[in-house]
Amino acid sequence: MFAYLVKRVFQAIAVMFVISLIGFAIQDNLGDPLRELVGQSVSEEVRQELRDELGLNDSFLTQYLRFAGNALQGDLGTSYFFKEPALDVILKKLPATMELVLGATIIIIGLSIPVGVYTAIYPNTILSRVVMGVSIIGISIPVFLTAILMIFVFSVEYGWFPSYGRGEIVHVFGPWETNFATVDGWMHILLPSVALASIMLPLFVRLIRAEMMEVLQSEYVKYAKAKGIRPWRIYFVHALKNTLLPVITVGGVQIGTMVAYTILTETVFQWPGMGFMFLEAVNRVDTPLIVAYLIVVGFIFVVTNTIVDLIYGLVNPTVNLARMGA
Amino acid sequence: MSSLSTPTEPSRWSRVWNSNIGYSFRRNPVAIVSLMIFLLIAIMSIFAPLIAPFDPYDLGQIDIMNSEYPPLWVDGSDAQFILGTDDQGRDLWSTILYGTRLSLLIGICAVVLQAFLGISIGLIAGYVGGRTDSLLMRLADIQLSFSTLMVAIIFLAVTQAMFGSETFNQYAIYFLIAVIGVAEWPQYARTVRATVLAEKKKEYVDSARVLGFGPGRIMVRHILPNSLSPIFVISTVQVANAIISEASLSFLGLGMPPSQPSLGSLISSGFDYIFSGSWWITAIPGIVLVVLVLVINLLGDWLRDALNPKLYKG
Repeated sequence: MFAYLVKRVFQAIAVMFVISLIGFAIQDNLGDPLRELVGQSVSEEVRQELRDELGLNDSFLTQYLRFAGNALQGDLGTSYFFKEPALDVILKKLPATMELVLGATIIIIGLSIPVGVYTAIYPNTILSRVVMGVSIIGISIPVFLTAILMIFVFSVEYGWFPSYGRGEIVHVFGPWETNFATVDGWMHILLPSVALASIMLPLFVRLIRAEMMEVLQSEYVKYAKAKGIRPWRIYFVHALKNTLLPVITVGGVQIGTMVAYTILTETVFQWPGMGFMFLEAVNRVDTPLIVAYLIVVGFIFVVTNTIVDLIYGLVNPTVNLARMGA
Repeated sequence: MSSLSTPTEPSRWSRVWNSNIGYSFRRNPVAIVSLMIFLLIAIMSIFAPLIAPFDPYDLGQIDIMNSEYPPLWVDGSDAQFILGTDDQGRDLWSTILYGTRLSLLIGICAVVLQAFLGISIGLIAGYVGGRTDSLLMRLADIQLSFSTLMVAIIFLAVTQAMFGSETFNQYAIYFLIAVIGVAEWPQYARTVRATVLAEKKKEYVDSARVLGFGPGRIMVRHILPNSLSPIFVISTVQVANAIISEASLSFLGLGMPPSQPSLGSLISSGFDYIFSGSWWITAIPGIVLVVLVLVINLLGDWLRDALNPKLYKG
């Protein structure tokens, strides 16, 4: 296990190194920091002097090492537009995105497990068939279209829910302001969370159903039935435990995917999170902010994947650690 | 010796029709309807220039005064425009035909690129084995751990910022195909590798090797034909996914430009007008997109049950 952990962490560091290289390459080629600093009206001589002073004439390696060193200390440059450290700008937006992901995750976990288990136990009932039919339609609707549809129905036609923004938020600590403290906040976060959950929910229902059906065929479940254990105990204690193993791996990867989908939901609902900020930064060619976003999101992906792999190695003793670490 | 008793060789079509797949297809009404709808959409979009009453790329035919006419069955429509017009005064029916054509084209080309990369890498990893295999599969794991959409968004955003939207719009279709094509290769590579590992132990591979065939020939001519069924199943799902990815990217303004809209960019341009009541600019292309993706997914589901391949799980 220890060797596996070391290998896994080493791989994570290697991936972060590649991401930082890409980030630096973008920083190096996109936009001109001098123009952002001094504008057009400065003579060529002063420009050259400034370039030397800022170290823009140094070799690629020196510049990269400076960039990586600063990044390790949490300095990802200063946003051209906000005139603030890029990392601070992102950290301010991070809670909004994370609460959206949290809301969607709660909906997904709360619905997919009971629905998936039900359709696995009774695969031929009308309800199960309807659920499976709806799930394939759900997979086929892009997340932004679900979001638009919900805005059209619930905001424009009925006016039950607000269509944009975070509404009333309560400050918790640091940059974290929460939606979950007021009724208005709940009203604002509901539609975006449902929209975000809509793309993953069918996937998880189908996955849990397939795994559960496989587990229900196994010898130990038959034995438990023969032994006379109550059915719900077999389903929710014995069978579900083994069903959730593959769900954890897929789930970990999907958390990362959800961060990507937040860009879509945030755009439709004008949710002031990281994704919305990223698209604005792209339109303004705010290079430090683009690079900082790339590195922060890359970091989130790498950390969640590493943790999921480690958890998987821990909870599943049959997994061949030597092979996985190879 | 039995040439007298054998009837004429059955045609390829009747061989397919009478095979197990043909039988399961005939017994499955969902698959039949899905295939019919898919073929209808595909044929209509291929012949879009012949069917469409207007050319949405021809600025001479567009009049801003015609903008935002509703479809025929809604009050205040214009008989010229069956499905109404969009915000720029383009006939929605024609624009949808051309847009579907672009969406399908991008989806299929991206999947061809994915399949080419993934199958080559999967064959090599499975056949060569050893360090090459573990390195390639490690790369596949890492690539898979980053969501395609995220990679595509960042790549296209940086490209757009670097080249400026003028140049970007001109080559958007190639960028889209390249990024969706490259980001999803591990799906193929892992499945192909898994079947290659199972196939390469079999005797026909040994005999081919004894006959002196090179590894390239054995991989492509002998092993690949035996791993086709999982490839077919993945391909259908991947085309559906690629079309959704393209629509999502275009919706964010990182794909096809409004002057040459795919279904996604059409929905995006309509979204600005949804609050003012012009729902059709968003809704009708949206329905076309969902139906297209849905029938491909249903066909994929049927194909998976019919061929029952061992797909790579996890």
